Amino acid sequence: MKRVKHNSAFRVRLWVGTRKGLWTLTSDLARKKWTIAGPEFLGQTIYHAFPDPRRPNIVVAAAKTGHLGPTVFRSVDGGKTWKEAKAPPKFTPHPKTGERALEHVFWLTAGHASEPGVWYAGTAPHGIFRSEDNGDTWASVTGFNDNPMWPRWSHQGAGANPPDLPNTHSIRIDPRDPNHVYAAFSAGGVHESLDRGKSWRPLNQGVATVFPAEKDPEFFGNDPHCFVVHPANPDRLYQQNHCGIYRLDRPGEKWTRIGNNMPKSIGDIGFPIVVHPRDPDTAWVFPMDGTEVWPRTSPGGKPAVYGTRDAGESWKRLDSGFPRSQSFLTVKRQSMGADNADPVGVYLGTTSGDIWASRDEGARWQRIAQSLPSITSVVAFRA
Amino acid sequence: MAENRAVFAVDHICRRVPRLKVRIPSVLYSYTKGISEVEGRGETVDDVLRDLDRRYPGLRFRIIDETDNIRRHIMIFIDARRVASLAERVEPPAEVVIVPSISGGK
Repeated sequence: MKRVKHNSAFRVRLWVGTRKGLWTLTSDLARKKWTIAGPEFLGQTIYHAFPDPRRPNIVVAAAKTGHLGPTVFRSVDGGKTWKEAKAPPKFTPHPKTGERALEHVFWLTAGHASEPGVWYAGTAPHGIFRSEDNGDTWASVTGFNDNPMWPRWSHQGAGANPPDLPNTHSIRIDPRDPNHVYAAFSAGGVHESLDRGKSWRPLNQGVATVFPAEKDPEFFGNDPHCFVVHPANPDRLYQQNHCGIYRLDRPGEKWTRIGNNMPKSIGDIGFPIVVHPRDPDTAWVFPMDGTEVWPRTSPGGKPAVYGTRDAGESWKRLDSGFPRSQSFLTVKRQSMGADNADPVGVYLGTTSGDIWASRDEGARWQRIAQSLPSITSVVAFRA
Repeated sequence: MAENRAVFAVDHICRRVPRLKVRIPSVLYSYTKGISEVEGRGETVDDVLRDLDRRYPGLRFRIIDETDNIRRHIMIFIDARRVASLAERVEPPAEVVIVPSISGGK
């Protein structure tokens, strides 16, 4: 693995979206002492706040309140000031899909390095929107939103929507090709586009599904919770699915359930999956209880991250620092992240409002913030 | 009475457009800079909200979705009567009142 050189100006900043606002936590390279700042947008649900890796002073945040509709805010000064997008994502009527109203913007992805200013947003109901002006105005990606398959992807009329609505998430751009876009969506699976979103094909072979209504799970019924393209090896894909943890090495088409190598007493159910920024064989997950009524809390009330160093062939329990009992944590799909320092820092935020950090790739964990509102997203970024 | 008389303004096409009082809830103060009572122009609720959106960009989409339905947790009244359709006509001295529903608790 290539060693990373740091200079003294290196800082790590966590952008923490919560049910009731946005906070940041900032530290120097040592990552021992964190400074918390916020809240911005107090009272608004921030589903995702994402700094632009191409121009770090630009930050885009997806917001909604209990009463008001969804919108997007932008900062061009690293979060000091914010302005609402001039034209936030919204659906346009289409004869095949009918009239749809956006419930929330769930996911934000900065575009390819060669396309400064380009952003993608994933929404509920299922939708992808694209901005070419740093998030100020957004246009429908019609190849997805008006796709003839959209009603089936969305289980429209089948009453099959999950309690918190089906979300389009994990929009990932192949770092080698801006036209190659992946997206994952609830009860629809992982799909890829080779023409920047004009057309889509499913990529779900080998993935288990629990939805018997769909006879061909390659096309429907898959439920990825979090999907990642490895930045150092974009042919290496991982996903934490409703039905386990999977890896796919392209040009292969069939996923391998690497979650089968997890301890049976823990299982392989969860929401997030995070990869090492440089080592394609290293990834971390936060298992949650998927038995009976699916509590989706740490199995047995004993929180632990599990990490693999061999692409999922084996997993190691990483629980040093977490409570030993009576701690029933839930971590949502955007609420786990990693920085690009060496060793890598790994972070997670819980729905009970705590942020846990490891500055040694998961070996030891420390709570660095507590009593925040329910955490919806944690994005670690070099500031 | 003078205070009940419709107040008119002349818009850019020289059409006489009624002005109405619109009561703004605190959840929308970020758009009106904290002002709880503003003036809206138009003959229907839709007209009035579009007029407000011109002066307070983004306000309309937070309370009306892209299918022109009032969002689930927002209510709009003309005086004490709840609005069912944005096409409903409104005339001074009636007031348009935007109210967040009593909901939530999460």
